[in-house]
Amino acid sequence: MSQLKDLLERGKFVITAEVGPPKGADLREFKDIVRLLKGGVDALNVTDGQGASMKLSSLAGCVAILQEGAEPVMQMTGRDRNRIAIQSELLGAYALGVRNLLAITGDYPTLGDNPSAKPVYDLDSVGILLAASSLMEGRDLAGNPLKGEPPSFYLGATVNPNFEPLEIELIKMEKKIHAGARFFQTQAVYQIDIADRFMKEASRLNVKILIGIIPLRSVRSAHFVSKMIPGVKVPQGLIHRLESAPDPKLEGLRIAAELIRKVREHGLAHGIHIMAIGAERSIPLLLDML
Amino acid sequence: MIITKKKPLEEVIDELKSYERVFIVGCSLCATASKTGGEEEVEEMKKKLSECGKIITGSVVLDPVCNLQKSKRDLKDFGVEISKSEAILCMACGNGLQTLGEIVEDIPVFPANDTLFLGEIKRFGVFEERCSICGKCLLTNGVAICPISRCPKGMVNGPCGGAKDEHCEVNPEQRCVWVDIYYKLKKMNRLNELRRINPPIDHSLRIKPGQHKVQRSVTNEPT
Repeated sequence: MSQLKDLLERGKFVITAEVGPPKGADLREFKDIVRLLKGGVDALNVTDGQGASMKLSSLAGCVAILQEGAEPVMQMTGRDRNRIAIQSELLGAYALGVRNLLAITGDYPTLGDNPSAKPVYDLDSVGILLAASSLMEGRDLAGNPLKGEPPSFYLGATVNPNFEPLEIELIKMEKKIHAGARFFQTQAVYQIDIADRFMKEASRLNVKILIGIIPLRSVRSAHFVSKMIPGVKVPQGLIHRLESAPDPKLEGLRIAAELIRKVREHGLAHGIHIMAIGAERSIPLLLDML
Repeated sequence: MIITKKKPLEEVIDELKSYERVFIVGCSLCATASKTGGEEEVEEMKKKLSECGKIITGSVVLDPVCNLQKSKRDLKDFGVEISKSEAILCMACGNGLQTLGEIVEDIPVFPANDTLFLGEIKRFGVFEERCSICGKCLLTNGVAICPISRCPKGMVNGPCGGAKDEHCEVNPEQRCVWVDIYYKLKKMNRLNELRRINPPIDHSLRIKPGQHKVQRSVTNEPT
């Protein structure tokens, strides 16, 4: 049983955090971070070669999280595996105790650190969800029966509230729901009105939504986020605050905490998903501010 | 149209480094349109290779190279020139190169071009990929914009999360094809087409090498 599903369905305001596996086979630091975070968050979401950079696998990261007694969410992209490998990995993940899956199409290889890699994309995010749903019904994507009790995942996907035109993103979100997604984590949001506009449309879809939070660390990071994340524009007011703050990192956490409190207090979403992108050790401080 | 681009001359010269006498073959169709293997480019290549010390035994622009039986007949006229050659330089696409290899079995054939994609001539000298030759055309929604060919990820169910300001994350100068599909369907008042879940592509339909035989239909037989 997915604890994440259980908490969301019981109406708890859920907090999840993203953790990136190392570029290497040494999991000690990763496990340190897991131990640091596990008391404060409800689940830890493990990236799958984020930014198309070759890292230790999401599945291995999830198993390390299970070993530490925490709840993992396995990210699975379609970038590197065909449908045979994806389904095979899903079965393996379930057998090893992973209960939550986040389906993502995946960043293109040329954007990462092995740019000559073959881009697979046999399945896109919708296709991965279809494959997982099919396995959950006891059949593979081609319709062949599985042996034994089928896996039972809590299926999730991503959505970008900043996307323009938003209508396409909402149509795609509905397709992901039809394909089996029951929870969504959003791309980073910095303005409550963006979250508000999105939730006005998305709340009728009857799925659980975690608003994405990337804490800013500096003016530079604000520009970086605006440049890299589709549709995101960090408001000038927040950039001014970072500029004039004696400790921009701390100010970035305060900004994130204010947004999280607004989301929680206005009952805007079912939880939040923190993507600290390398600054995971600052998450406990952020959680203390809530 | 099969779009090709010229290999750098140094690369061509390197391919031909062990051979002195070269016969050049161009193509009247795609390579002519791509400006990589028409009369003009063949003449230019002859001149450049001569300057590099090669002896050009002859040249022809076949119409087109990829028609095996026709090219076999047309090359018969050049039997003497070809027999005096140590290498053939093909200024067509990868397909034309192999057709030549089937015809001339005892002389090595080298490419002068890189074959890029199946595409459209947008305007003079500007080409863009349009078809991925899937084996089963998925463009059944009437919108006539192919995401398999025009999206780097070949997304079949809408844009990926990377589209930024309606442009592609992989090539920011390129508009996101799914945004274009959306606008076109919206304009046609057929946005429901976008809601349809497309299953993953059936790759068993394109086992290589592709082979196709036109079946003579009984009803089309002359009576």
